[in-house]
Formats: sequence, C-alpha cells, structure tokens
Amino acid sequence: MQDILDELESRRARARLGGGEKRIEAQHAKGKLTARERIELLVDEGSFEEWDMFVEQEPNELTVDIEPIPGDGVVVGWGTINGRTVFVFSQDFTVFGGSLSEAHAAKICKVMDKAMSVGAPVIGLNDSGGARIQEGVGSLAGYADVFQRNVNASGVVPQISAIMGPCAGGAVYSPAMTDFIFMVRDTSYMFVTGPDVVKTVTHEEVTLEELGGAVTHNSKSGVADGAFENDVETLAQLRRFFDFLPMNNREKPPVWPTSDPFDRAEPSLDTLAPPDSTKPYDIKELIEKVADEGDFFELQPDYAGNIVIGFGRMEGRTVGFVANQPMVLAGCLDIDSAKKGARFVRFCDCFNIPIITFVDVPGFLPGTAQEYGGIIKHGAKLLFAYAEATVPKVTVITRKAYGGAYDVMSSKHIRGDLNYAWPTAEIAVMGPKGAVEIIYREDRDDPAKIEARTEEYRARFANPFVAAQKGFIDDVIFPRNTRRRLCRALKMLETKQLENPWKKHDNIPL
Amino acid sequence: MFGKVLIANRGEIACRVIRTAKRMGIGTVAVYSDADQDSLAVRMADEAVRLGPPPANESYLVADKVLAAVEQTGAEAVHPGYGFLSENAEFARSLITAGITFVGPPPDAIASMGDKIESKKLADAAGVSTVPGHLGVIEDADAAVEIANGIGYPVMIKASAGGGGKGMRIARGDSEVAGGFRSAQNEAKSSFGDDRIFIEKYIEESRHIEIQVLADGHGNVIHLGERECSIQRRHQKVIEEAPSPALDEALREAMGGQACALARAVDYQSAGTVEFIVDRDRNFYFLEMNTRLQVEHPVTEMVTGLDLVELMFRIAAGEPLPLTQKDVQTNGWAIEARVYAEDPTRNFLPAIGRLTRYRVPDTAAGDVRIDTGVGEGSDISIFYDPMIAKLVTHGPDRAAAIARMRAALDAYYIRGTRHNTAFLASVMAHPRFAEGRLSTDFIADEYPDGYSPVRPEGGLKDKFLAAAAFVHSRVAARARQIGRSGDPANPVDALHLTVWLGGDATDIEVRFSADTTTVRIDGREITITADWQIGEPLLAATILGEAATFQIDRLGTAYRLTHGGGEAEVRVLTRRASMLNALMPEKTAPDRSKFLLSPMPGLLVSVGVETGIEVRAGEELAVVEAMKMENILYAVADGTVKQICAAPGDSLAVDQAILEFE
Repeated sequence: MQDILDELESRRARARLGGGEKRIEAQHAKGKLTARERIELLVDEGSFEEWDMFVEQEPNELTVDIEPIPGDGVVVGWGTINGRTVFVFSQDFTVFGGSLSEAHAAKICKVMDKAMSVGAPVIGLNDSGGARIQEGVGSLAGYADVFQRNVNASGVVPQISAIMGPCAGGAVYSPAMTDFIFMVRDTSYMFVTGPDVVKTVTHEEVTLEELGGAVTHNSKSGVADGAFENDVETLAQLRRFFDFLPMNNREKPPVWPTSDPFDRAEPSLDTLAPPDSTKPYDIKELIEKVADEGDFFELQPDYAGNIVIGFGRMEGRTVGFVANQPMVLAGCLDIDSAKKGARFVRFCDCFNIPIITFVDVPGFLPGTAQEYGGIIKHGAKLLFAYAEATVPKVTVITRKAYGGAYDVMSSKHIRGDLNYAWPTAEIAVMGPKGAVEIIYREDRDDPAKIEARTEEYRARFANPFVAAQKGFIDDVIFPRNTRRRLCRALKMLETKQLENPWKKHDNIPL
Repeated sequence: MFGKVLIANRGEIACRVIRTAKRMGIGTVAVYSDADQDSLAVRMADEAVRLGPPPANESYLVADKVLAAVEQTGAEAVHPGYGFLSENAEFARSLITAGITFVGPPPDAIASMGDKIESKKLADAAGVSTVPGHLGVIEDADAAVEIANGIGYPVMIKASAGGGGKGMRIARGDSEVAGGFRSAQNEAKSSFGDDRIFIEKYIEESRHIEIQVLADGHGNVIHLGERECSIQRRHQKVIEEAPSPALDEALREAMGGQACALARAVDYQSAGTVEFIVDRDRNFYFLEMNTRLQVEHPVTEMVTGLDLVELMFRIAAGEPLPLTQKDVQTNGWAIEARVYAEDPTRNFLPAIGRLTRYRVPDTAAGDVRIDTGVGEGSDISIFYDPMIAKLVTHGPDRAAAIARMRAALDAYYIRGTRHNTAFLASVMAHPRFAEGRLSTDFIADEYPDGYSPVRPEGGLKDKFLAAAAFVHSRVAARARQIGRSGDPANPVDALHLTVWLGGDATDIEVRFSADTTTVRIDGREITITADWQIGEPLLAATILGEAATFQIDRLGTAYRLTHGGGEAEVRVLTRRASMLNALMPEKTAPDRSKFLLSPMPGLLVSVGVETGIEVRAGEELAVVEAMKMENILYAVADGTVKQICAAPGDSLAVDQAILEFE
C-alpha cells in the first residue's frame, strides 16, 4: 500500500515541478513567479484544490518525440479568497512556454463550466506564448472552446484576467471578453500581432512594451483596467478587488462590517466645487470622502481621465462610482470616456451593484476627431447603458449638467431612482454664454448687452432650482451631507424591483 | 477702547487679532481678496469688506482700498498684522490723517527702522552694536564686488527695504556677489518696489535671537525677553522658541537694554522686535528692528502669559503699559514650529493645494496652541505665503516643550499639499536640537544633502513594525468576514508575518489577546493597544506603555505610516508571500537627468538659453517665480540644449520639463 501512496506523491511532485528547476529559475530571473506560486498568493492559504494535474496532451506525429509534461502548461482548480469560492486557471510558462493545446484548453473549460454551475467567479492568470503550433487546428479549437465559455459566462459570473506574461494572437480574445483585465508592469504584454509581424507588414519599428505593454493598454488603448508593479502586488490587488464583487448575477454584492458612520458629515465638501465654474477640482476627493473609509478601487485610472470609474462601499456594501472629472477636458464626454463609462455601468447592472453617479459635465467634446470617430454611436453607449440599467441608480449633480450630456449621466428621465443636486449645480441646455449668443443673436455685436443677458440667464437658469421645480431633481442637498443622503437612498432602494421588457438581448450601439 | 477695529490682513494673523478683539469686546472688520472670500477670518469677523482680486498688489497691499473699507465700515482703528501694509509708514500716516488709529508704532519710527541702511545708522548712534559693513547704496554689480572684497568674504547682500528673507543673498566669491546682487535687486524691486541694495559682513554660525519690546505713549519701555529663531531655511524662520538656550540673565539684560535704548531713540510706541545675531563667542550685533507684531510672538505669549495683541490695542488707545520691567515673569519654555505647505525634500520649495484632509492636534489641555487661518477644504494658493499654521507647545522646561511638540506633530494630519510636519518632527528628534546647539546654519549643517524622510531605525523601527502589524491584522481580519471565514472576534491566535519596510524585510510573530496585540520581533516583545477603526487616519496607540500616534494612509494593499519624523511605506505579507516578494525585481525610476525640471509649481519667467547652445555647469538656465520668489535654475552639468519645452509665461507644474539636454 505504501508504494501506491508513494507513487501518488512522486507523480504529484513531478507535476508540481512543471517545466523543471531550470525553467523555474528562468521564470524567476525574468521577475515572474510560476503558475503555482501565483495561485498560492491569490487564494487563501491552503485553500487551493488542483484538478487535472496529470492531464497530458496526446502526442501527434509532430510531438511524438517531445516528452509530455503532466498538467500540460496550465494549473487549474478552485480555492477561496477570504472564504469565498473562486475558480482559477494559471498558465505555466515553464511548460512549453505556456502554449495552449487541446488538453490545456479543456482544463480551462472544465473550471469554467464548474464555475458556471456553482455560480462563482473565474480568475485567469495568463502567461502563454500562444497556440501550440504543433497541435495545429486542435489548438485553435481549444481557444474557441474557451471563447464560447467566456461569452456564456459573461454576465453570469464575474471573470477577471490578469496578464502576467505574454498574451498574443488569438489568445488575447479570451481576456478581452472577460470583465476586467489587469496587467503587470514591465513583464506583461498583449497584442494581436507582434512587433516582427508589424515590421513586415507596416514597416513600423516598435518594441514589445510600446506595442502592448501595461502602459500602452492602460493609457492608450484602454484595453486594460489596471496595472500593478509586480506579480506579488498584482495578486494582492486581485484579492482586494475580488472582495468587491458578488459571486454571480443572482446574488447581491458582498457586505462586510464597517465602523464608518453612515451620516459622517464632510464640511469641506461645501467648498469643493469652486464658485467660478471654469475652475477645475478633483472629483476623486468627493468619491473618497463619500465612500466607506475613503477606500476607492479605481479602474482605468490612466485612460480617459475625464470620467472616473471604480468600486467603493457604502455601509459595507459594494457600489459602483461613475463621475465626470473636471480636472481632465473639463469633464466633457468623448468617445473614450463614453466607452469606459458604459462598460462599467453594464458590469454593475449585470451583477446587481448599485451605481452612484456624480455629474459635472459641460457637454460632449466637439471637433472633427470626435465626429469622424463616431462619437454619436459611442456616446450612445453610455446613454444606452444607463437607460437599460435596473440596479439602484443615485445621481448627484455637483456643478454643470448641460445639454444631452445631462440626460446621459443617469438623469431622472432615464430612470434615475434618486437625483440630487448640490446648490452649486447648473442644469441647463448649455452654459449661459453659449445660450445667450443663440437666444439673443441680434445683440451679438453689443458686448455690453450680451454681458447683461448672460448675467440674466445665469441668475435665471444656472442653478438646480429650475430642474427641481419640475421634479427632475428630487432634492437640493448640502454637499457636506452627501454621504448620509446616499447611504439612506441606497438603503431604501435595497428592495428595488424593476425589469426590462422581455427580449432575446438588446442591441446596444457597438 | 475702540468700538470697532479693521484688520488689514489675512490668514492666521487676521484670525489671531480678531480673537483678542472679540475677547476685549471690540467689533471686528475683516478685509479679503477674492481668493479669501470663504476664509476663516472672514467668517470670524463681524463684518467683511472685499478689497479686490487675489494678487496682493491688487488687494491687501493697496492702501487706498483698505482706507475705503475703513471709511465704509466706520472702524476707529486698524491693526495691520504682519507683512502687507504693517510696515508702510505712508499707510500709517494716511490713517492718522483720516483720524483713524494705527495699531502700531508712529510712522516716523516705521520709516526709520524700515530702511535697513538708515536703521543701522540709527542703531549705531543709540549705542547698539552693529555688524561691520558698507552703509551705503550700491550702484551696480561691479561696485558690489569691489565692496564685498573690501569687507572680506563671506558677505550678505541685502535689500534695504527687505524682509522675510526676500532680497537676501549670501556670497562667498566675486561671481556669487555679481549674480546675487542682480537677483536680490530684481527680487527687491518686485517685492518692495525699492531696489536699493547694501552689503555687510556675513557672520557664520550665528544665532538669530530677538528681543520683544513694548513701549507706550507715556515713555514706558520694557522688554519681554528673547526669542531664538535660529532654525531657518531659505532665510526664513521655521522654528522659534522662548527663552533661548544660549542666553543667560546677564546677556539677556544687555540685549534687552540695547533693544529698549533703540526703541527710546525712535520714540517707539506699540510692540516691536529688535533682531540680533549672536556669534560663537556670544557677541551680539543689531540686525534690524521689526516695527510690528512678529509671526513668532506666540512663544513670548506662552511664557509670559501676556496677550501682545491686547497690549497693542491698549497702547494704541493711549493706555499706559499695565506692567513694568520687573513685573515681567517668564514661566517654562515655549516652542513654535511653522507648518508650511512646502516640499522639504526639494529645498523647502513652496507647495500649493487644497487641504483635502486637515486635522489638528488636541489643544484642550492648554499646552498646545495652534494659530491658523485655514481648515479642511481651504486652499493654499500661489498668491500668498504658504504657511498653514503655527504650532506652539509649552512645557515646564525645554525638553518637555519638545516632547509635547513631537506628540503634536504626530497628530497633525494634513493631506492635499506637500507640507513640512515630518521635517519639523525630524528637527525635534535631532540630538543637536535637543542640546540647544543652534545656529542659522543648523539645517544646512545637519541636512547637507537636503532633507529626506527618515527611515525608521532601532526602537522607532520596532514601533513602526508593531503599528503595521496591528493595522494590517485588523484589515485582514475584517476582510475574512466577507466570506464568513474565521472567527471575527479573535481572528487568529498567532500569525507569522513579514513586514516590508521599504526594501527591508523583518519577520515578526503576532499574537492577539483581549485588548493587546503582541508583536515578537527577533526575541523582543512589543505590545500595542489602540482604539482604532479601519479608515481612521490616526492610530493613537500605546506601544510598550508609551503613547505613540501614527498617521496611517492606505495605499492599495500597502500602508504609509508617519510617526516621530519617520515615514515609511510598509507592506505586511505572510512568510511565504514575503519569500516570493524577495524574487521581485527592483525597478528604477526612468532617467530624467536629461531634463531641467521645474522644482515647484510656478510661473516660468524666462529661459536664458536657446536650442543648440552649450551650457556650463553653474550657468543660469531659467527663472521660475513662485510665491513672489524668483528661483534661478542653474545647470548642474555641462551640456547642450536639445529643446526648450516651455515658454516664458507658462504655468509650470512640479517636475514639468523646461529644457531637454542632448
């Protein structure tokens, strides 16, 4: 009997060694951890159960001479993060460069299927050279099997991807279809075609890092949602991030105890929005002063900074924050910010996370670049996302809410549950100057008259009370009391029930 | 006594004057610029009058606007505070002409003491000892070099109308005299509208000690002892104390006597300060007389129990001094630390910003005093002096006052702008400061490479490790409740952890009992108790039986702890995670040495070079103006200018590139 047990031990030991000591050392030398080390840091100590450790890809005529390695380049299984179930796959770069074979793909599919049936999130740690070329179309089939599961799981369980090494070619489309992508600075990159192909086809000289590094995808392309310093930090942040998410689309977001009083007043918010409406201020100060303990997990912080998105908690419960940022492009909506906001709003709506929207928006960004780029359809995404969302939606207009952008930003008219305004709010079709130049076109050449008209308009319309008279604003609130008002609103809305008409799915303007 | 007084100032000093006026039952009028319309002073005063746009030369410095506000409100007297119009004899005269009382000395006394050249001559005549130098106006840089050579290096180049460190340069050689002369002249012209410059011997290793005098309109002149203000950066005081550790009774009497003699010589009335420098051999020399309330007057108030603003009001109202020289009693020791919005790691350059978080230490016990004009949500703007507050502590002796100051600085929580509390704490913790061996070169001597946050070592490090373990255990235990795993009341009985403090890892073991967390470090047991909730910025802990307040900032999955002048980013990991963390590569910041970066937020005044030209180390490259100070940026190495990245007139952010070198 003992030899049988020993045999198991030695098989396990062999599998755990992956590509062997040498390759592990090479992985470490690159500043990267191995697939199993990463899992150790991701899940609670001792909680990981590995599946399919002994899976090997069946050899074909091209691979018959290659010694198979048990596990076939991916470690899969389940564990817990602070006690909550999570399914994990972690590609092992030390085994065939983490390349994907049919067997490798089948292992990923197995955990995804189980995640779907038990209703728990999936986290993928990507570190793979791509398709295992020797496997031919089998490898492509494997990718597609994963893609299909990504799509099926979308909106059912949260899916998170961490890019912790190369992720190239078709492989990028699995992370692309998950809910969030996090990258490791300097050691991860993702692109559809690599620098060599780029050079051949377009004659562009570009480095891996420039083409698809963490900086590129977090500031230029908007593909990624965050970048962290190294593997250890990334995995610690994934744990922190996971704690915000519900397990699936049937559950409410998680709750933890907090001693932060729901009615904490913040007198300094009374002076946050400068009286001169051309002066910027940092909307993140509002988010941090409103959220529990000032804890805000911002997503895409370096991309489309004119909108701020991320998770926080109110009375221990996860909420999604969406806010215009007056510090960047005066908070205007443009193509990038509309896409960024829309995707986040839809995630929150999928997973029952209430949305708090802070509005200070002078309108849509004008210009040919925007129009040629299709701002009409991209801007519509944010409008669509807000309008279809049935989760609790609470909105606070801090200053400007002009024109169509006012409608878009979770207004009353698109089923905002509670719409508050600070006394500094200006809700109108446009700013006083622009409005006067149109309404009083005949006085255009008389600056004194225009100025008088502008003042008149400002006094009459640049305030929250016109909208409040019509009931579009439920109440005008003291900035200092924003947290208390939001906490109460969310508590009241906990039992909100609202359903969209039956449809196969909607047709958001993509 | 007056029925209503107007305070022709802003910020903390306006608030401080209003406080005393209120206590005396005097009505108060504040004046404000647009930048200050929501300020504390405006809210405290009974009435407030707008002066104009934010720049001081369009608001607080415009005498006519202040006079109009006086007329409009019917104020009977004007207290000028310090700075702005406080030493403007013309302003004082026009008030008197209008039948308004100026709460300060007679205009002639201001005029004679306000000019550094004149005052030095007067002091000489009154038998006050003065610094050797050239008592005349200097025409140009060449003349300056000649005179400097005559006096012998080092020399101090000073604007005759100067004050507050502006228009002052030390020079140790001919080239520095020429450059210093020009920049002092420019600065004097823009700050004071008077570009007269003189030169005197620069006395090294000197202490700055000043005597507070009070004189009434009945011929009574007394002094309230000294304040030592030797701790200075950028020629501006940052820490002051009373009494001075350098003085004995005899020296105090000698300096006090001369100060009173000078006050008599100019028919002084009101509160005034005679500044001296004291050399290694305890010779003292007259520096200047400040004909106003000093910024650092609170230390004198803390040790004498007097209210100088009240006495100024009484003197101005014609009352005789209520005390004689022998009634002046001092009690204990007081220290003032000026809390500034500035970056101590960048040669104390001014900083700006909104005070997003601002919590002051507890003042209820009376041994801590905070004079401030700001609160949470206030803006530190580019228009005025970036002082946030004056923190003053009192104790029965110097050591006690220092200890109180250290505790107060730990509890002073400021976010939203760079500030100097950690630097102040580091001075308070400095052995040389504790010994009282001070000089105006203290900062240059003790921080020769500039200040950088103190990496905690020894006992301080133990405290940091214990605080980090305590905080992290709370955060981790709470997170476990999300999946209802673990026992929330008693998260774990023992935890083997590793604390990374910067790049340095220490293994610790944590144990929890009902109210105490015990952290075992290398055989030492550190106990820590605290009533702390996650998210609170201050951890008021008892570590090994001693009170210790930590400032806690969460940085994602790490924490920044600040305490006792030490500051560190800490990361608490399991042993296993720590082993893996040790494999992580150290990353170096991108090389920006090819760029000339703006060291502070400010306005680019000029660029002295062009694309393609070669520059030598030490050559002037650009001038950046911030807080009315012209800062000349020099080349640190030889090189060729590749491109100019900013244009004169541009507003620069800190670290914004001005030039790129090849």
